[in-house]
Amino acid sequence: MLQNEKLDELAARCGEWLKGTGPESDIVISSRIRLARNLGDFPFIRRCTPEDRQAIERTVSSRMEKLEGWEDVRYVNVAEVSELDRQFLVERQLISRELADAEGARAVAIDPSEQFSVMINEEDHLRLQVMHSGLDLTKAWDQINHLDDLLEGVINYAVHPKYGYLTACPTNVGTGLRVSVMMHLPALVITHQIDKVFRSLQKISVTVRGLYGEGSQFTGDFYQVSNQITLGKSEQELVEQVGEVVPVLIDYERRARQFLIDQSEQDLHDDVSRALGILCTAKKISSDETMHYLSKVRMGVNLGLIDSVPVKKINELFIHTQPGHLQKLHGRLLSSSDRNVQRASYLHDHLTQ
Amino acid sequence: MKCQHCEKPATFHITELIEPDGPKVLHLCEEHARGFLSQEAPTPMASVASALAKQLKLGQTKEELAELDRKACPVCGITFYEFRNAGRLGCPYDYTHFQKDLEPLLSNIHDSLEHQGKRPKRAAPSADRQAQAIQLRREMDEAVEREDYERASEVRDLLRDLETGDADPSDSSSTEEG
Ligand SMILES: [Zn+2]
Ligand SMILES: [Zn+2]
Repeated sequence: MLQNEKLDELAARCGEWLKGTGPESDIVISSRIRLARNLGDFPFIRRCTPEDRQAIERTVSSRMEKLEGWEDVRYVNVAEVSELDRQFLVERQLISRELADAEGARAVAIDPSEQFSVMINEEDHLRLQVMHSGLDLTKAWDQINHLDDLLEGVINYAVHPKYGYLTACPTNVGTGLRVSVMMHLPALVITHQIDKVFRSLQKISVTVRGLYGEGSQFTGDFYQVSNQITLGKSEQELVEQVGEVVPVLIDYERRARQFLIDQSEQDLHDDVSRALGILCTAKKISSDETMHYLSKVRMGVNLGLIDSVPVKKINELFIHTQPGHLQKLHGRLLSSSDRNVQRASYLHDHLTQ
Repeated sequence: MKCQHCEKPATFHITELIEPDGPKVLHLCEEHARGFLSQEAPTPMASVASALAKQLKLGQTKEELAELDRKACPVCGITFYEFRNAGRLGCPYDYTHFQKDLEPLLSNIHDSLEHQGKRPKRAAPSADRQAQAIQLRREMDEAVEREDYERASEVRDLLRDLETGDADPSDSSSTEEG
């Protein structure tokens, strides 16, 4: 493992899940699976002394160190890096806000392609996460299952004969598995159809939530679909449960987009073009506004109404214009109003080349 | 139809699927719908609290609950009251110690009590052995604190024996080692 490597090089890059490729990537941003795991012979985080937390962090890191194929895995001691670096890792979805804000020994191991990360000392001792661009749950499950096998070979997990993997919160017990598919559904929002969609999902035990961005800043167009329960069904069944809902939502969104085109292609074209215009020419722009217009542009590109910007670029801009990334790319801390100026100039440079 | 929170027309009819009592429909204007959807996913505390509320409705009396609240885990010391407030347990042994009290809760949340998924390939240490390890660790910390380094190193050895693992008589299921 690479210890506490500088994160600056990561900032300029684009992680695997932002590529904008993969099945259904016009509507599905990313597929993510996480597993919650705990070490058997330590209390859960809530009852850990600072010494316990340190011992957990050291135990896990020294064992991961010996794993085959982990030479290039980056190990970041979250407690030791700057506030800005933590913010950056949150925006990149490599760590949770909870881990960033926690106290005491905590860390994250990140693979070079940013497909997986392992958080240490989050709500559970370990949180494994695999993330892919587009809809690719089977691949994500295979990968995280393998990662889990690898870790359980060197770590004694807390397991109960009846309840399976034990977690700090009973809402995660059993498989410890949470599948989350992030979807971009602007046409359903514009056409006020999103309610219909929710109603159609009533009987299925998945949760749909709107969220995105800094903390969980909401822009109206991004929704996350995840499984609700973790106990009593196999991992494959839980993955399938979410996997079955997603195509339904994709279908609704595609129909809504078609509807918008049929009804008033010119209006839609005008709307997305203006959004691009604002992003290209603004001199000051907030994070919220940026998200709002980028969402429109993304749909415009996917509908072939805008052909000057690749989707990958837009996905990147969603992340790179957030406060942590902006400051890292700029190389120093910026006030909120300086950020708005910097953001506008960054957008201009990257959308008009 | 008007928004549930203001005078504007309700254009969003959101079906909330996470309620323990089943789906709940909310009628909201766009602004309030945005506010609603931007909320974090329900906290563990909220889901545990609502599952417990349901338990209470199903016949557990206030007195019974008060008595349960005082119950504490012998390994980590967490009381049921503390768990109920934080939504988080104190140690893996809690699932054994509070088993009877947690089961209605688990069944409210998951509609199931039996894990059906994967299990570690090698046999995990028993709950008792894990509890023992947690207690020894605590004892070691205490010994260090009162500068009794002799005792601390004794306990450290005991912990290491427990970790390397062949000495668990209760665990006869482990056939392969290493
Ligand atoms: Zn309202
Ligand atoms: Zn306990």
